[in-house]
Amino acid sequence: MQLFPCPFCGPRDEAEFHYGGEAGNLRPDGREVPAERWADYLHMRANPKGATKEIWVHMTCGEFFALARDTVTHKVAGSVSLGEAERQP
Amino acid sequence: MSARRLSSGGSEIDRSKPVSFSFDGRRVEGFDGDTIASALLASGRRIVGRSFKYHRPRGIWGAGVEEPNALVDIERDGRSTPNARATTELARDSLVARSVNAAPDAERDRNAFLDRFSRFIPAAFYYKTFMWPDWHLFEPRIRAMAGLGTVDPDWMQDRSADQLNHHCDVLVVGAGPAGLAAAASAAAAGHSVLVVDDQSRPGGSLRHRAGEIDGRPGAQWVADTVAALEKAGVVLLSNTTAFGIYDHNLAALNQRHDDGRPDTLWRVRPKRIVLATGAIERPLPFANNDLPGILSADAALHYLKRHAVLAGERIVVAANNDSAYEVAASMAEAGAEVTLVDIRPAASASADKARVLGGRAVATAHGRNGVEGVTLDNGTRLTADCVLVSGGWTPSVHLYSQAKGKLAWRDDLAAFVPGSELDGIGTAGALAGEVALSRVLESGVAGLGQFAGKAAPPKSTGLEASLNTSAAWPKPKAKGRVWIDYQNDVTAKDVELAARENFVSVEHLKRYTTLGMATDQGKTSNLNGLALLAEATGRSIPNVGTTTYRPPFTPVPFTSLIGAKRKSLLAPVRRLPLDTVHRVQGASFREYGGWLRPAYYGAATSGSAAAIQDEARRARQSVALFDGSTLGKIEVIGPCAAEFVDFIYYNTMSTLKPGRCRYGFMLSENGVVFDDGILVRLDENRFVVSCSSSHVASVHARLEEWRQDRFGRDAVYIHNATAEYATLTVSGPNAKTLVEALGLGAALDDASLPHMAIAHGRFGGEEVRIARVSFTGDRSYEVSIRADRAEALWARMQQEGRALEAVTIGLEALMILRAEKGFIVIGKDTDGATMPQDLGVDGPRRKRVTEFVGRRSLFTEEGMRADRKQLVGLSVAEGEAPLGTGAHGIERTGGAKRSLGYVTSSYFSPTLGRPIALGLIEAGASRHGEVIDIQHLGMLRRATITAPCALDPAGDRLNG
Repeated sequence: MQLFPCPFCGPRDEAEFHYGGEAGNLRPDGREVPAERWADYLHMRANPKGATKEIWVHMTCGEFFALARDTVTHKVAGSVSLGEAERQP
Repeated sequence: MSARRLSSGGSEIDRSKPVSFSFDGRRVEGFDGDTIASALLASGRRIVGRSFKYHRPRGIWGAGVEEPNALVDIERDGRSTPNARATTELARDSLVARSVNAAPDAERDRNAFLDRFSRFIPAAFYYKTFMWPDWHLFEPRIRAMAGLGTVDPDWMQDRSADQLNHHCDVLVVGAGPAGLAAAASAAAAGHSVLVVDDQSRPGGSLRHRAGEIDGRPGAQWVADTVAALEKAGVVLLSNTTAFGIYDHNLAALNQRHDDGRPDTLWRVRPKRIVLATGAIERPLPFANNDLPGILSADAALHYLKRHAVLAGERIVVAANNDSAYEVAASMAEAGAEVTLVDIRPAASASADKARVLGGRAVATAHGRNGVEGVTLDNGTRLTADCVLVSGGWTPSVHLYSQAKGKLAWRDDLAAFVPGSELDGIGTAGALAGEVALSRVLESGVAGLGQFAGKAAPPKSTGLEASLNTSAAWPKPKAKGRVWIDYQNDVTAKDVELAARENFVSVEHLKRYTTLGMATDQGKTSNLNGLALLAEATGRSIPNVGTTTYRPPFTPVPFTSLIGAKRKSLLAPVRRLPLDTVHRVQGASFREYGGWLRPAYYGAATSGSAAAIQDEARRARQSVALFDGSTLGKIEVIGPCAAEFVDFIYYNTMSTLKPGRCRYGFMLSENGVVFDDGILVRLDENRFVVSCSSSHVASVHARLEEWRQDRFGRDAVYIHNATAEYATLTVSGPNAKTLVEALGLGAALDDASLPHMAIAHGRFGGEEVRIARVSFTGDRSYEVSIRADRAEALWARMQQEGRALEAVTIGLEALMILRAEKGFIVIGKDTDGATMPQDLGVDGPRRKRVTEFVGRRSLFTEEGMRADRKQLVGLSVAEGEAPLGTGAHGIERTGGAKRSLGYVTSSYFSPTLGRPIALGLIEAGASRHGEVIDIQHLGMLRRATITAPCALDPAGDRLNG
């Protein structure tokens, strides 16, 4: 069982979290978005082997945040809340 | 003659406390401190079980968790445990043990004849033979003849197991010399320490092997160290197995209790783990090496020193390493006649009174129901009632490997040892390949890393500095039957067969032969098996590699893993605030989306179907009362609330006036209808999302996600108030009369409170919110009140309803009422492809200019298809029964049938006096009036496509 650092609650058991998607999958707005681009947004994922950045939600406090971790070693590099992630370039 | 109890000695038995238990129906006498195995040995029992496949007689092999043969089904104080290891279960007075896979018992097993057919049933025999016509024809008889222990189907654990979460600085696994040295050092440095050991007492090998530490005998050092650890506040758990290491070094422990409690599961989050899990002795490959009376040499020493049981009178010790010399000497000292057969030419140590034959190996063991002698590789025959075997030591790398450690091959040990550093995990002692006691103690302290104390490790003398192990692997084409895996009955020939049939990956070997797949997970057999595979395929052992080590190290009862999550706590139902009130009213409950809700009332007199019909009919006549408390009530508050709900909903919501309600859909980003419901605008910046009862959690999560991702936490605040309010619904032609009688102090005339508007009032001292929304198609009022004050309001409604002949209805009747109106239930009348235009709500799609969730997907090729499945009503000819829910509308092209869609809801409408149905049918919206075939469970019927709404299409009843 992994320990994930919730930016609000600190390190907690992975069972308390839900996966929210790959970080950086920005939503294209508008009905004129090309089908290809919309399909990418909906379905296409990088699924990297190694370092990755993901959105997770801590179900007990409701915080959505970006989590940097490694899909091979399961090492967690850190996390920032969604608001923080935007403020940081 | 065989094993016997000596008249003195035995460090762990208390001769003043005799113990007697039953094994296979006979009494076995022993002493307090005996295991079932040691007591059976002491009483001269040789055959303690039958093997999995061939029903070979089997005796005790080991003395710990590695035991492959001596499995017993145990009953004690009404508890039943299948496949317990006799070597780890303590002998107790009330205990009843039975051998496994034997009938009537291990000594007189009636399936023993199977062994004579063994040459015809090698590995994979079943796969190859019982293919035709059908494996299931043969399966019951084969399952009855093969297998291990028996589960008692009637027994049920009556108590929940405890589960503990534990945090400490250092977790030490194994309380042998390495583990205890580590614990002492960490404790001295001021760290919190937890030590676990799977035996009944700490000490490990020091409890039966010679050795001096800090000038004291090993056993004395153990006692002193344990006392000091306890004084320092170290938690020491015996009878506790660390069975798994999971991600981020979570260690899982299973603690066994002797007092009838179910096992306790520990989840431990240490900063540092020291693995001092020791090593397990391997068998040697000779023919008939599975006969009763053939034991691990170390186990025999264990029984001699701890339980004063001498394993035999004329003992042959077969060895390929130095560790057996102490065993041979001790057996001779205890009075046995001992011959040590060492495969190494120059025997490297002396064994006192034992005779040593160097450069020789045992080729075959003889005997029918137990070993009677051996023949050496030079043809010499030796008489023996016991053969003690040491085929080298296999470090218990299981936990290390689970933690993703990489193994390294050590030729001098003929074994794999930990080969890479792991974050936060140290390895020590025999696990790390250490043999000399002084090195074992040092490695324990070194395994602590930065958690080690400053003091030097304890000093020691004694125990051999090296084992000088000379590999003695099974060889291909050996004569006779050489057992590799005792528990799953895998022989060397089976491994060779697998190699011949090209199962050359060690993972394939395992699955084809079942090598290492029994309850012991191959603790004694795996290395011999893969060494033979290496030989047979011309590869080196490290080249062949090992199978993947997975938890658990030893079997863990499900009770322990489940903990309190059983029976009603497995998936607890949610109850209405008025749960008990409904019970008093005679409600029958069903579970709907996690909620326990009244399905109908008063079925006791008329039966459920009649009760539901009666409720649905009477609801249209005067007035119905319904508990709708489970409806979602999620508040959306803040300066951007209107912009937020516009984005969340398919329908434009920002144009809603305060005090008004609007029905709308929420879509997923795929454009699929995710939920429907009423949005209430309380004031400019405050909305209440009234979502489906079963969708509250997921809608709430979705709102939070978009709020945090797109709107920011300063602009919108979301609060799930669902459980804070009870919502009591009054519906029907006389609904207004009843609500007026409640005296809520709100203006209820249609001008002040029209359909789709809200009003505020008071009931007693409590504020109530009255929403004029309708799921029945009749004039309806939903009255929301603080959940803990709802009972009085409900009672008052019932009281005022009497004069109006009000009916209290359950959810089943409501389902009929809403279907009469063509109102949908998401997930029932829609599926994973239904878009809003399929439900006849196309306006927002065409007209909206602002962005909303799922918008782009409505314009994809899929979203634009003309043959999309659309919501329709389906009617049948007069006098016919309702259509089956799930029945398919079909069309024929040529000879082939094709589904047009299916029936989603179907009921008999008591008000209309005929069946009604809703369905999703291809291009259904443009096919009203068409008659189609409906197929259900092989029956064909006809139905006419209609508009979804079957009752009051003009909506007059809303204001009636």
